[in-house]
Amino acid sequence: MNTSTLAVEKKQPKKTISVSGSEALLMCLIEEGVDTIFGYPGGAIMPIYDALYGYKDKLTHYLTRHEQGAAHAAQGYARVTGRTGVCFATSGPGATNLITGVADAQIDSTPIVCITGQVPSHLLGTDAFQETDVIGISMPVTKWNYQVTKAEEIPYAIARAFYIANTGRPGPVLIDITKDAQFAKMDFSYEKCTKIRSYHPYPVLDESKVEEAAEIINNAKKPFCLVGHGVLISKAEELLSEFLIKGDIPAASTLLGLSALSTNHPQYVGYLGMHGNYGPNIKTNECDVLIAIGMRFDDRVTGDLKKYARQAKVIHIEIDPSEIDKNVKTTVAINADAKTAIKSLIPKINKADHTSWIAEFSACDKIENEKVIQKDLFPTSGEVKMGEVIRHVSEKTEGKAILVTDVGQHQMVATRYYKFDETRSNVTSGGLGTMGFALPAAIGAKLGKPERPVIAVIGDGGFQMTIQELGTIFQYNIGVKIVILNNSFLGMVRQWQQLFHDKRYSSTEMVNPNFQLISQGYSIPCQKVDAREDLSAAIDKMLATDGPYLLEVVVEQEENVFPMVPSGDSVSNIRLE
Amino acid sequence: MSQSLYNEQNGQDPQRLFTMSVLTEDKSGLLNHITIIFSRRKINISSLNVSTTEVAGVSRFTIVVHSTREQAEKVVKQIRKLVDVLGAFLYEEDQVHYQEIALYKVPTKIFMGGNKIEKLVRDNGARILVIEEDYIVLEKTGHKDETSDLFKKLEPYGVLEFVRSGRVAISMSKRKTETFIKELEEVKTNLLFQ
Repeated sequence: MNTSTLAVEKKQPKKTISVSGSEALLMCLIEEGVDTIFGYPGGAIMPIYDALYGYKDKLTHYLTRHEQGAAHAAQGYARVTGRTGVCFATSGPGATNLITGVADAQIDSTPIVCITGQVPSHLLGTDAFQETDVIGISMPVTKWNYQVTKAEEIPYAIARAFYIANTGRPGPVLIDITKDAQFAKMDFSYEKCTKIRSYHPYPVLDESKVEEAAEIINNAKKPFCLVGHGVLISKAEELLSEFLIKGDIPAASTLLGLSALSTNHPQYVGYLGMHGNYGPNIKTNECDVLIAIGMRFDDRVTGDLKKYARQAKVIHIEIDPSEIDKNVKTTVAINADAKTAIKSLIPKINKADHTSWIAEFSACDKIENEKVIQKDLFPTSGEVKMGEVIRHVSEKTEGKAILVTDVGQHQMVATRYYKFDETRSNVTSGGLGTMGFALPAAIGAKLGKPERPVIAVIGDGGFQMTIQELGTIFQYNIGVKIVILNNSFLGMVRQWQQLFHDKRYSSTEMVNPNFQLISQGYSIPCQKVDAREDLSAAIDKMLATDGPYLLEVVVEQEENVFPMVPSGDSVSNIRLE
Repeated sequence: MSQSLYNEQNGQDPQRLFTMSVLTEDKSGLLNHITIIFSRRKINISSLNVSTTEVAGVSRFTIVVHSTREQAEKVVKQIRKLVDVLGAFLYEEDQVHYQEIALYKVPTKIFMGGNKIEKLVRDNGARILVIEEDYIVLEKTGHKDETSDLFKKLEPYGVLEFVRSGRVAISMSKRKTETFIKELEEVKTNLLFQ
């Protein structure tokens, strides 16, 4: 009767073979279609690594230089492929080092399965060597976690892990396996998990809500669509495009929703949020209907909630019921995955013409272009600007590359100016804002999509947070193109210090090492550019080089990113300078 | 529907007592999973009770908090999101039948010399649980104000120890727990068919 009891209790008549818990784990991963693992060995996970030695033909393990790198690499892999990323770490410090990546995956809804080794079960709770309560530590930052203390539990735990990580709103799952369970023999059989009675990842679509939403959209004069990560996760890009064209609805993207719509899409009007485009922010408070799809009204998008879209009827399409009415009160909420909801919505909306409304966005673009964009992209004097670097990269890759960004000014500039033309091309740390994300995430992205160019744009600060992953790139010759935008500052914090703390530059100035020498140490070809006239050729050279490449661009030290909605202010108060 | 999503002080959503009833799989670690949802938002739990239910393998958490309705609703949604949670329900005070149990340890000697204490016990619907040479344990079930009231009345005679349980509550809904679980098992929300 209890369908969720341990699979092992069911005593299936299936054929079984006797293997160690470690081997069983690897067999489970293969059953789940895994072929790539990022990780770092250590005492408590040695039996699994020993078993891995015999599975080299089926499972490729990439030894990162730090467990955080393994978690971010798994995230990068998951974000570009839509498949679940997998990473291994040992107990204690190995497990705690994963946590930043796990928390990042949780807040950015990224499916990863983390396997950690644990001290033998008889030592649990004794403060044994390298013992830490990783189940307790990871509880608030995982979608699910589970400690395995018996080999027989492994197929059950892994089947559930993959089902939970990559259904509904995706997220990280952590499975902690004690060393004795890795050694113990068990009778192996595997069955994928397709149902857990207490877990309902795909809500049943309420057609009446769709009808209500359609009626509101059909009566709208100034509809405005916000495109979030949920569109990418549910693979609803094409349906979204069809929906927007039919309703002639302008659409803007959140940071994580970028690349779901091509920047050339006729309905695409730009990028939302604190450093987003002028029009999308201003028009949020002028539209009459706001259609939010697969996004969660993060404070970096909304600014002051009391002054956010209060004039508009809000339609929220969202798979996670806890996000509905969390920040913004909805007029109609459709609790469903983006694809199911949009598919149902399209036949119910009328063909419409909102030309003059969309023209209002163009008018805003004109203002932003004059005040900000031209200066960023086509400067004629002074030091190199971050924006012009991105413009070159965007043009030379024709918007077809996967752009991986770290966190800070370079991230905002890169995501503002890269002209995405293919879906799943934007990999960044949004919710958690994890510096050090880009380099390892780019490794995962490149291994997930080896046929696509992967450009990691990183600041000089974030680069040094996970700089050791150059070792991983070197060892496996992973063709990541690294663009360091070096302003010798922790630029975003410095910008805030300048604007809001009377230019008191407290601990934001960086005396940096010679990145060229470091790159050479890893035999990664590199070049440093500090003059505008050398930029184009340097980027050409980077893109023409096979394998990894590091391009350091020395950029203006005290450049500020605009537009900007000051923290906690209304989106209407977006500043252009 | 929440009254105030924008944290405006409109006085329509005052702080008051709410009872949350959470049905879960009987799994270790779930208590921690649930309580961190409260601690993360700095909400103090007034009382918490965990017990088995009439359905094998299913536990019930009864949590009482002092909160606004908006905050309580958001917390319940977060609890529902936990993988091993079968259902979570939010009740106002008038939507549940509830009870607490209190034990009072008093010196045996206060029963000597007259029937005052005996009458107090009788009038308050309490009963004597244990009689020892040195002390007597009284038991009373009721609402918090009732058990507190008896405590106040006994206090002048010297209460050695007073302990009260968390609230247990039963909703006014007519649905059987078993039926609810059965519905969960049958609903087709496990896989996406597009």
